[in-house]
Amino acid sequence: MSKDNQILEDLNSKEYEHGWSVNFETDEAPLGLNEDIIRWISTKKEEPTWLLEWRLKAFKIWQAMTEPEWANVHYPKMDLQALRYYSAPKQSKKPKNINEVDPELIAIYERLGISLNEQKRLQGIAIDVVLDSVSVATTFKETLGKLGIIFCSFSEAVKEHPELIQKYLGSVVPMTDNYYAALNAAVFSDGSFCYIPKGVRCPMELSTYFRINAANTGQFERTLIVADDSSYVSYLEGCTAPQRDENQLHAAVVEIYAGAHAEVKYSTVQNWFPGDKDGKGGIFNFVTKRGICAGDHSKISWTQVETGSAVTWKYPSCILKGDYSIGEFYSVAVTNNYQQADTGTKMIHIGKNTKSRIVSKGISAGKSQNSYRGQVQVMKRAHNARNFSQCDSLLMGDQCGAHTFPYIDIANSSAKVEHEATTSKIGEDQIFYCNQRGIATEDAVALIVNGYAKEVLNQLPMEFAVEAQKLLALTLEGSVG
Amino acid sequence: MSTLTQQEFVLGLFEAAPATYSSLRQLGKESFYAQGLPALKAEEYKFTPIAKKLETSLTDFSPAKPVKISAEQVKSAVFAGFEGVVLVFSNGQYVPEYSTSAEGLSVRLLSENESTPLGSIAKVDKDPFVALNQATFSDGLHIGIEKNKEIDSPILLLQFHQAQGGQVISPRIWIEAGDFSKATFIDYQISLDDAPYFVNKVVEIKGGVNADLTYHSLQTAHNQVIEVSNVVTDIQKDSQFTSTQITLSGDMVRNNLTLNLLGSNSVGNMYGIYLLNGKTHVDNHTNVDHTIPHAESNELYKGILADQSRGVFNGKIFVRQIAQKTNAFQQNNNILLSDDAIINTKPQLEIWADDVKCSHGCTVGQLDEEALFYLQARGIDKTTAKGLLLYAFAGEVLDKIEVDSLRNHIVAQIQERLGSKF
Repeated sequence: MSKDNQILEDLNSKEYEHGWSVNFETDEAPLGLNEDIIRWISTKKEEPTWLLEWRLKAFKIWQAMTEPEWANVHYPKMDLQALRYYSAPKQSKKPKNINEVDPELIAIYERLGISLNEQKRLQGIAIDVVLDSVSVATTFKETLGKLGIIFCSFSEAVKEHPELIQKYLGSVVPMTDNYYAALNAAVFSDGSFCYIPKGVRCPMELSTYFRINAANTGQFERTLIVADDSSYVSYLEGCTAPQRDENQLHAAVVEIYAGAHAEVKYSTVQNWFPGDKDGKGGIFNFVTKRGICAGDHSKISWTQVETGSAVTWKYPSCILKGDYSIGEFYSVAVTNNYQQADTGTKMIHIGKNTKSRIVSKGISAGKSQNSYRGQVQVMKRAHNARNFSQCDSLLMGDQCGAHTFPYIDIANSSAKVEHEATTSKIGEDQIFYCNQRGIATEDAVALIVNGYAKEVLNQLPMEFAVEAQKLLALTLEGSVG
Repeated sequence: MSTLTQQEFVLGLFEAAPATYSSLRQLGKESFYAQGLPALKAEEYKFTPIAKKLETSLTDFSPAKPVKISAEQVKSAVFAGFEGVVLVFSNGQYVPEYSTSAEGLSVRLLSENESTPLGSIAKVDKDPFVALNQATFSDGLHIGIEKNKEIDSPILLLQFHQAQGGQVISPRIWIEAGDFSKATFIDYQISLDDAPYFVNKVVEIKGGVNADLTYHSLQTAHNQVIEVSNVVTDIQKDSQFTSTQITLSGDMVRNNLTLNLLGSNSVGNMYGIYLLNGKTHVDNHTNVDHTIPHAESNELYKGILADQSRGVFNGKIFVRQIAQKTNAFQQNNNILLSDDAIINTKPQLEIWADDVKCSHGCTVGQLDEEALFYLQARGIDKTTAKGLLLYAFAGEVLDKIEVDSLRNHIVAQIQERLGSKF
């Protein structure tokens, strides 16, 4: 026991490696939030009137809402009037291709290990990079364009494909959904849009990289993925932010629409700045992610590796509307120091013969709190629905907490629903076993944690999985034995 | 807060409350006003709109007066083959005439023992109905088990209910078991007619060191009964507490069971069956609080839901930071027999200690078609085969009941419900 504690206390926190920021000229909205700011953003982005009206409507709805307090997280309330809702790096003109992007911006991403130079990339991953409020570059556009795939920034999509945006925007996450979704609908600045036409299998991974750079700025991006009938796409999302003492807000919305026989795989490695080891600063990550399996035999799969953010509040969900549709949720959430995570999923079974699978692995260390909150709902007409949920928690240190709040609501007698959860710790004996074989304590922990999380990590695309494994080891490095 | 709090519902009850325990009643009243009846979407009562139910089902919100009980009624109510102590209650009031006693067992009216620390185990701020009961109960019983005394025969708390002069019944029981004592209680409710009424029961159990206590609760009253039951128990070092909750009928029933594990090497067991039909709505909330290291809790609740019934299960295991080496297991299995039946289940773990073994499992499903076919292929008709499988499903919990006469009584009722004899 004492050995355990000693191992746990031995090591100290590792600094956040993406904590730097870069100074460059930006275009910024004034501080605060009101109708004028929304008009300002809309004008700045040269948006059509319908979108401005949509934003204003959302703003009205948001004003009538109150911040949700049910989540198992505690944090100082943010003053939303002290935030800046738009911040963009100054660019003289919109770059036509990657070669025209400001080298300074490219340098930022090089530093993050993301090469925007298409030629340099070994594997085909088309990437849209979002810095603060705007998308700065999208790669491989032409290659994808030949297949009819649209992959561009949200603002561009509003201008070039208004009919698609109008049809799908807010169709999965309506502006009335919750406080942060309404706020996002009112002030969202940019994000990615992706459309896969009928019968097309996207030949490469699509990816968005989000970076918050400016101080006092909230990031409100909006991602919309539409997979038409019988199409397939795998989508990756990554994020980092500089290390600052004050908390910053990230309130994104992700909507996924899957037509009949379509499959969408969405993977996230979330590595926002988690605050320092005394719990100072960090990102508040209040995100609404939802996908709808609208057509029969469609499939949406969420995979997330959550290592960052001071406070996370995120429930990627699937609405299984089409018959025989499948929803999957794989999650590894790691919290360390004073991080708090309340994350999970919702599987709403509406269609017949729908299936869902939830695998959630929580790891808490330091003084962090990690909660799984999930719902499996089987509607009255959802005959033969099937769900399997597993949520395991791994505790490291006696100061942290692991909590499980699974809601299971079944209204159909043919449903088969299983839920199981366990809570345990890394045993002294396991570590001793590794030590004995010449594996250092820290490596042993990484080994055990990776083994524990393997079921989820296996779901990630290859390169991402490697990155995630490293990230897991890094996040826990210094926290634990 | 519901508007009902301001209505005659509580006013009538407060006005009728006796003068005993005046400061405790005042506390209860203040706490009730502070909490109010659970609002429609209140998390703790999310699927059980109890305030609305009370408003629509009851017409008279004053306390029911005790009714005359006859010797025959008592005789016919006691289970066949039952041997043990019988304590008779009429609308929550103790009826000494037909009650029996045993060595080591003391029975006193709460009104004659005002030093009873009511509310010290079932805290008023935990649930508005505890507060309401504390403010308005008319009288109840203080049951004591002497130190070092093992009462081998079970103690049957025979609760006769009938809406009379009002529809609200507020039973209140305080059980105090000395160190090294042992006792088994059976809480059994009987309705004398079919009229609707509301039972708001609070039972506080104070266990001694190395005590072995069992509390069976049998809810088989008619389908007009609205009930909120709060059973709260303090479990000390080296002792064991077992609860069995059997619910077969009612209109809307809410059972709050709270186990406070206060001493190391203590064990808390919670078992339950809810076998529902018609429009019965049963909500079981259990809460285990592991406050010390080296304690264990086991929980197994099973539900069979037919017709338009609704089952709610919320099992909460709370492991405090100092409660290392805790073992906590929880299981909830449900079978839905009808497409109109609904189950909302939430097995909840809140763990603040790291060296623990905690697990929970939860399933919702239906009878295995293959097992059914197997039995039918051997000449057993479908109804019997179904009954047999369902009975086997419930059997795991029934086997935990050690009082034969009680188990036989429940088995007979379940078999009748399942429409098959075997």
